[in-house]
Amino acid sequence: MADLAYGRHAVAEVPRRASRLAVPKPLLGWLLPALLALIWEAACRTGLVAPNLLPAPSAIFFTLYRLAATGDLWLHLGATIYRLGLGFALGTLFGTLLGALTGASVLARQVLDPMIQGLRSVPSIAWVPLFILWLGIFESSKIVLIAVGVFFPVYLNLMIGIAQVDRKLVEVGRVHRLSRAALVWRILLPASLPSYITGLRGGLGLGWMFVVAAELMAASEGVGFLLIDGQQTGRPALVIGAILLFAMLGKTSDLLLARIGKSLLGWQDVVGEG
Amino acid sequence: MVSILHISGLVKRFDAAIPAVGPVDLVMETGRIAAIIGRSGTGKSTLLRLLAGLERPDAGRALLDGEPIRPDDVGVVFQEPRLMPWLDVAANVGFGLGHLPRHERDDAVAEVLEVVGLTAHAAKLPKQLSGGMAQRVALARALAVRPRLLLLDEPFSALDPLTRLSMQDHLLELWRHYGPTIVLISHDMDEALALADHIVVLDGPPGRVVAEFGPDLPHPRRRTSPGFQRWRHRLVDVLGSSNGNEGNGRAVTETRYAV
Repeated sequence: MADLAYGRHAVAEVPRRASRLAVPKPLLGWLLPALLALIWEAACRTGLVAPNLLPAPSAIFFTLYRLAATGDLWLHLGATIYRLGLGFALGTLFGTLLGALTGASVLARQVLDPMIQGLRSVPSIAWVPLFILWLGIFESSKIVLIAVGVFFPVYLNLMIGIAQVDRKLVEVGRVHRLSRAALVWRILLPASLPSYITGLRGGLGLGWMFVVAAELMAASEGVGFLLIDGQQTGRPALVIGAILLFAMLGKTSDLLLARIGKSLLGWQDVVGEG
Repeated sequence: MVSILHISGLVKRFDAAIPAVGPVDLVMETGRIAAIIGRSGTGKSTLLRLLAGLERPDAGRALLDGEPIRPDDVGVVFQEPRLMPWLDVAANVGFGLGHLPRHERDDAVAEVLEVVGLTAHAAKLPKQLSGGMAQRVALARALAVRPRLLLLDEPFSALDPLTRLSMQDHLLELWRHYGPTIVLISHDMDEALALADHIVVLDGPPGRVVAEFGPDLPHPRRRTSPGFQRWRHRLVDVLGSSNGNEGNGRAVTETRYAV
């Protein structure tokens, strides 16, 4: 009976005040960029800004449009996404395996973690010459570089996430006599999922950074190559267009990951991001 | 032969100087409810954790019907529900049944949910439950594995008084239905008197049995009945006098400063 009374309290929610702005939330975020683009366009049209340094948004749009029309845009986008996807998958795979191992086993942490942390403090770009020597200047060295960038945040967040799982939940597993593997699979991994998702998002961000680094150094296609190409042929519209492409790619992929995370983490009793 | 839970010479030390528990010798009849009461820090929880296999004893042993307690025999409910927040109520209840085929597990879960009256809440997540409901889920999870020995570590102490009363009634019902031996840790004399047929008073550290009672009150026990009150006075007397025992530095110190 007492529970019934409880239930009623839980159901009686405070009515939410309607948002004062009637604009849908996703559109709200576009407001400022759109406004800035308009001012920018106006500044270019009236001759306030030199178009050879800062081309108008419309010029950037047409540059991208022409690239898309010839089909080159898809070639470059495809190359970049392919590298990132493969590197991200590789980095996530190893980060997950090693993070789960060092998180769940104190011995593994004592043996492996100091070395991994040591390697982590090497600025990842410093690996480039070595990877090029080992793997050549084509795809493999780029993908491995991206994977290295993705690896560390995934590894670190999973390890810390597992190590910080509530001892009280682990005891429930012991009471139900779970095996070591079952304990990892049924308690440690799900409990550390929030931290893991944070690691994946961090890893993805670094992945985009490294894909640019890799493509700036040596590539004949890819969005990073467009940057270099635009610089060397004096086309600022192409450079800015490529930057915008990266912004869109990065934001879209992060949004995708955040969505997946949100659907997996609905059980969390948190304030939320709104 | 009456089947029993036999604890003999059980000792646990966390540091070398004073044992946290023991030696404890106890004989409990199975199929009944025993309550272990005492002040905080007397080793009640440690004793329970020893029985649950969460701690290894430094000496002594506990036998259930003449054999060492096997992990399969035991169900535990802690002070907090300790539910897996990512699993719904049904999956939490079935947590200890991972070894069963799917349909058997589903059947077992459905049955226990029915008994604890949570069928309608099977698909809810722990964050949607009240404190009392969450603790009922924890109780259901412990019962789902059909333990012979159900260990309860102050399971209702975090609940408000009304919910606590209804949970105690609930526990009695479950006990009649499933009939496990129940060892209940409590610091609440009324709770112990309302539920248990065997009351063990622990004092320490080191945690030792200082008194045992077998309240011969018929169930259900009304707290206002003269018999209940008589037993309550006896318990107060024992618990009160155990306050002055050696090892209880706090009480001694308080007296000294008061003078």
